[in-house]
Amino acid sequence: MPDIKVTPLGAGQDVGRSCILVSVGGKNIMLDCGMHMGYNDDRRFPDFSYITQNGRLTDFLDCVIISHFHLDHCGALPYMSEMVGYDGPIYMTHPTKAICPILLEDFRKITVDKKGETNFFTSQMIKDCMKKVVPLNLHQTVQVDDELEIKAYYAGHVLGAAMVLIKVGSESVVYTGDYNMTPDRHLGAAWIDKCRPDILISESTYATTIRDSKRCRERDFLKKVHETIERGGKVLIPVFALGRAQELCILLETFWERMNLKAPIYFSTGLTEKANHYYKLFITWTNQKIRKTFVQRNMFEFKHIKAFDRSYADNPGPMVVFATPGMLHAGQSLQIFKKWAGNEKNMVIMPGYCVQGTVGHKILNGQKKLEMEGRATLEVKLQVEYMSFSAHADAKGIMQLIRMAEPRNMLLVHGEAKKMEFLKDKIEQEFSISCYMPANGETTTVTTNPSVPVDISLNLLKREMALGGPLPDPKKPRTMHGTLIMKDSSLRLVSPEQALKELGLSEHQLRFTCRVHLQDPHSDSDTLSRIYSHLKSVLKGYAVQHLPDGTVMVESIVLKVSSSGEDPNLKVILLSWSYQDEELGSFLSSLLKKGLPSGL
Amino acid sequence: MKLYCLSGHPTLPCNVLKFKSTTIMLDCGLDTTSALYFLPLPLVHSSRLSKLPGWASKDGTVNLEKELKECAGRVFVDSQPEFCLPERELLDLSTVDVILISNYHCMMALPYITEHTGFSGTVYATEPTFQIGRLLMEELVTFMERVPKAQSATCWKNKEIQRMLPGPLKDAVDVWSWKRCYSMQEVNSALSKVQLVGYSQKVELFGAVQVTPLSSGYSLGSSNWIIQSHYEKVSYVSGSSLLTTHPQPMDQSSLKNSDVLILTGLTQIPTANPDGMLGEFCSNLAMTIRAGGNVLVPCYSSGVIYDLLECLYQFMDSANLGTTPFYFISPVANSSLEFSQIFAEWLCQNKQSKVYLPEPPFPHAELIQTNKLKHYPSIHGEFSSEFRQPCVVFTGHPSLRFGDVVHFMELWGKSSLNTIIFTEPDFSYLDALAPYQPLAMKCVYCPIDTRLNFHQVSKLLKEVQPLHVVCPEQYTQPPPAQSHRSDLMLELQPPPMAYRRCSVLGLPFRRRYERIQLQPELAKALVPSEIKPGISVATVSAVLQSKDNKHVLQPVPKPTPVPPSKKRKRLMEEVPELLSPKPLLSGSIPLDAFLASLHKSGITEVKVEETADGHILHLQAEDALIQLEEDATHIVCDNNEPLRTALRDLVLRFLQKL
Repeated sequence: MPDIKVTPLGAGQDVGRSCILVSVGGKNIMLDCGMHMGYNDDRRFPDFSYITQNGRLTDFLDCVIISHFHLDHCGALPYMSEMVGYDGPIYMTHPTKAICPILLEDFRKITVDKKGETNFFTSQMIKDCMKKVVPLNLHQTVQVDDELEIKAYYAGHVLGAAMVLIKVGSESVVYTGDYNMTPDRHLGAAWIDKCRPDILISESTYATTIRDSKRCRERDFLKKVHETIERGGKVLIPVFALGRAQELCILLETFWERMNLKAPIYFSTGLTEKANHYYKLFITWTNQKIRKTFVQRNMFEFKHIKAFDRSYADNPGPMVVFATPGMLHAGQSLQIFKKWAGNEKNMVIMPGYCVQGTVGHKILNGQKKLEMEGRATLEVKLQVEYMSFSAHADAKGIMQLIRMAEPRNMLLVHGEAKKMEFLKDKIEQEFSISCYMPANGETTTVTTNPSVPVDISLNLLKREMALGGPLPDPKKPRTMHGTLIMKDSSLRLVSPEQALKELGLSEHQLRFTCRVHLQDPHSDSDTLSRIYSHLKSVLKGYAVQHLPDGTVMVESIVLKVSSSGEDPNLKVILLSWSYQDEELGSFLSSLLKKGLPSGL
Repeated sequence: MKLYCLSGHPTLPCNVLKFKSTTIMLDCGLDTTSALYFLPLPLVHSSRLSKLPGWASKDGTVNLEKELKECAGRVFVDSQPEFCLPERELLDLSTVDVILISNYHCMMALPYITEHTGFSGTVYATEPTFQIGRLLMEELVTFMERVPKAQSATCWKNKEIQRMLPGPLKDAVDVWSWKRCYSMQEVNSALSKVQLVGYSQKVELFGAVQVTPLSSGYSLGSSNWIIQSHYEKVSYVSGSSLLTTHPQPMDQSSLKNSDVLILTGLTQIPTANPDGMLGEFCSNLAMTIRAGGNVLVPCYSSGVIYDLLECLYQFMDSANLGTTPFYFISPVANSSLEFSQIFAEWLCQNKQSKVYLPEPPFPHAELIQTNKLKHYPSIHGEFSSEFRQPCVVFTGHPSLRFGDVVHFMELWGKSSLNTIIFTEPDFSYLDALAPYQPLAMKCVYCPIDTRLNFHQVSKLLKEVQPLHVVCPEQYTQPPPAQSHRSDLMLELQPPPMAYRRCSVLGLPFRRRYERIQLQPELAKALVPSEIKPGISVATVSAVLQSKDNKHVLQPVPKPTPVPPSKKRKRLMEEVPELLSPKPLLSGSIPLDAFLASLHKSGITEVKVEETADGHILHLQAEDALIQLEEDATHIVCDNNEPLRTALRDLVLRFLQKL
């Protein structure tokens, strides 16, 4: 029995370092290759030694697919391809291909240049890794090899985020990456067709959350920012350079314009300008509204938002600063946070999920004293607000996607075990399908039941469809007979006659002849008529004919009557049938043996 | 399988393919060359045009002074220009299920087809094709509606009258089917039926046919189409290019193994080399500017213009053109320039990698930024105040019958300092210029047609080896003006099937197989037996289920046992199920082995009699007879059903069942 195996190396009952191995139809695929923000040691990257102990992965993987540019989905890619060793194809969409190397370089700089780590991938490795990337277009069917094909769908999580359908023969798996089922200010909603995969591997970040409407959250966000500004406070919004940042910029830009606000908005990193440029060039990946109006007004050209300089952090008066990274675990956002944390007039708004171990995660849990490098502690007096702007599907969205794709099995990754548990029950109840949630290193095996494709001769099919009538009768299904010829790898279903002809065989005729003795005091021809009437009444639905040459035909079985010389009342009925009519012939001989009913 | 050919124009095709149970229209090109019979539509009142004399036949019997005007010995229709549509009578267009568009030039007739014909299907096109196609339609409509002409000339179309008109008007065909331009509302309605597709996306049509667009290398988003079932494959090649310009390169390998390849859209200027023409374009342009003249380039708002601008970008400084203003005037100029920058996925590698930097893929962004290239929606408004001469103007329409180009013809035509450079290959430049004669301005003809030439196409066909090729009849003979050039035609073995407008071709297909799925339970229950080395057979008895053109074989459901009732006591009365035939038998029965197995089952008294065709076996104790022949066995057995079935099973053991 064929089966599909799924093993998460990362993101199994966890968020971070997404990396999922899938084996389907003899093909091995790695889905995402991310890093974990919460660790600074070996656990930062997935454990590739699970795949092989001795070195390179090329022989063990048919392809690698990256769903989007967030580092927890692609951060380990250069390590995997250049340091562990993988030379096969890496698939990602064009925007991901464009943005991914920039974030990787950023990540490398922070790790190597600032923290001084060695034994890390180099800039050259990032470049070499990106050379192995094959760009994917939405809905394009990419033939990885003769059997393995992949197809990308819009996921709406960040620019260029994709879900992918992996198909080998009639077996298939869908991996969602991170996705969002509600369109936002700059991206559209995820969409997939009814592809009925054997397994749907879905993220489950917000497995238990059902979020209020986006409009409410936006109003809330603007209100909080506005209030802080009004009382002269500073607002820090830690973000990743690409993604939520653009959505929030659009939001603030329009709000500032409408309210005629004067307080400065800054964006902390040099990346921004560039980032916004990517959005302009990949405008086809944004939502419909932006796409439609981009010729008149490009939404990613901001008037109110200016570049940030480090010295501005000490400026007096209100301001709003977007700073990277988003989880306050390093870099500029953390520096600004340290400066502003002591003033209760200020506010930090966390617009997305923070993994365990980061400063972001700690303050969201209400921690008021933070231990910093050295022995210093930092007192957190400023207001901490959490606004879920990260574009993940919530429980409702996940259910919606299941309804769209109609999978046979469900597998959850990229979420917390407890929350997964809850969603798993809900899915199993509502859809009556199995739902799995393997931990890292744990393999889930799903048995598939693929049907066998066969070439049927058009003659046979047409004949059968014509005989079947325009509408099938569910009570009395028609049985079709054919011969399956198996030669090399081809399977052809033809009519038995055609099979004989094709194989150069001649038909062997098997016939039976049977004489039945019957006492019937009538003339031979009367007896024949009586037999005819009898059969006619018994065999309803059969072609029973009385032929002028003194025989009765039932379908293709011939009956003849003669009487023996000695006893004219003793009739001999001669029955002759071929093997094809065996059942009917056997039935007739037994029937006639019992004599004719007297009523005739 | 049939092909209905609705257009006779080889580069503006419109064919309908009936394939399995689907009706697929391939492109719907609009032949705008009919506009050449009409007078230009000036944006500003032109006293020259309004003073042209009306036409009347020499003998005075026909007087059409109101409808026809004479200019430099040629007669033009004074009316809003009309276009030659695809044939609409050859088949019922409401039966068309889908329309596949190959590039934005080949969809201009879409509103005529999707509106007012009862069409209720879907149009498939790539996103760039759709967006730029929309721009070109919008431009066409704006050109027409900007200068409304009350008069609609119809008298001249009268057969009796048309016969008496001077040429070429006399020879125009099907003039009654010509139509005025559609409205923006019709364009929007037509485009609302478009569904976007990406290259190599497999689109299922009714479960019967799969269609896939492939990159054709000719323009942004241009595609060839594969139309296939599991067993048959039709390739539709339209407007393809092997040159490296801005679009993604042509996908050739996917065209392999076609049963039929429909070939349209080859180059219209097979003798001109696009690269050479580009060089000539630049040098003529520079020469005119240096001499203080203006350059007019009549062109479409998308396509080759991107390449021209790129070429000029590189050439400009070395030719000292840095200060010369370049103007691009079209209602959709801005949109076209903006759209060209956002289709990274559809561009050649070179341009794609620019986007990764991130930089705009086309250098015209820089030309605009540095104010070297300016674009305006029309000559009115801003342009008139900023206009400086000498300059270079890119504007449409290339037919010179409508659009802003008409104004520049009137403005610059009188001076020999100025030059008009024709780059679009769709119109004969002499015909285009006819209503402006006499003309002092220089004319340069540099047609740039990047589509496949005959040399490239024969190489391509050798490569992909289709079984049959279908093409417009024009490709099966040399061009009329160069009848000795046998290299300017398709020479194939077998010869291509040629079509013309209104042809209906039967395509040489013999469909023999269809795909069917055996359900796993059924497949598992099959018992294969080897008939010959490497060939096994299994008899299949199953229930056929056909839904949405997909066929599935399921196991025969087990009959639900009938609850024993009093009426059914006599089991013998159970009539056997109708129509459950036994498998066919094959093979022969070896005498000795058969006798041995008879012996084994306790039948020992057998008398064997040799006959001409085999043997007769008398089973003396049982009083039965078995006649064995090479291809037949006959069992004669009276009144002993158990014996008969035993003998039957014995015989069957030696035979193969099919």
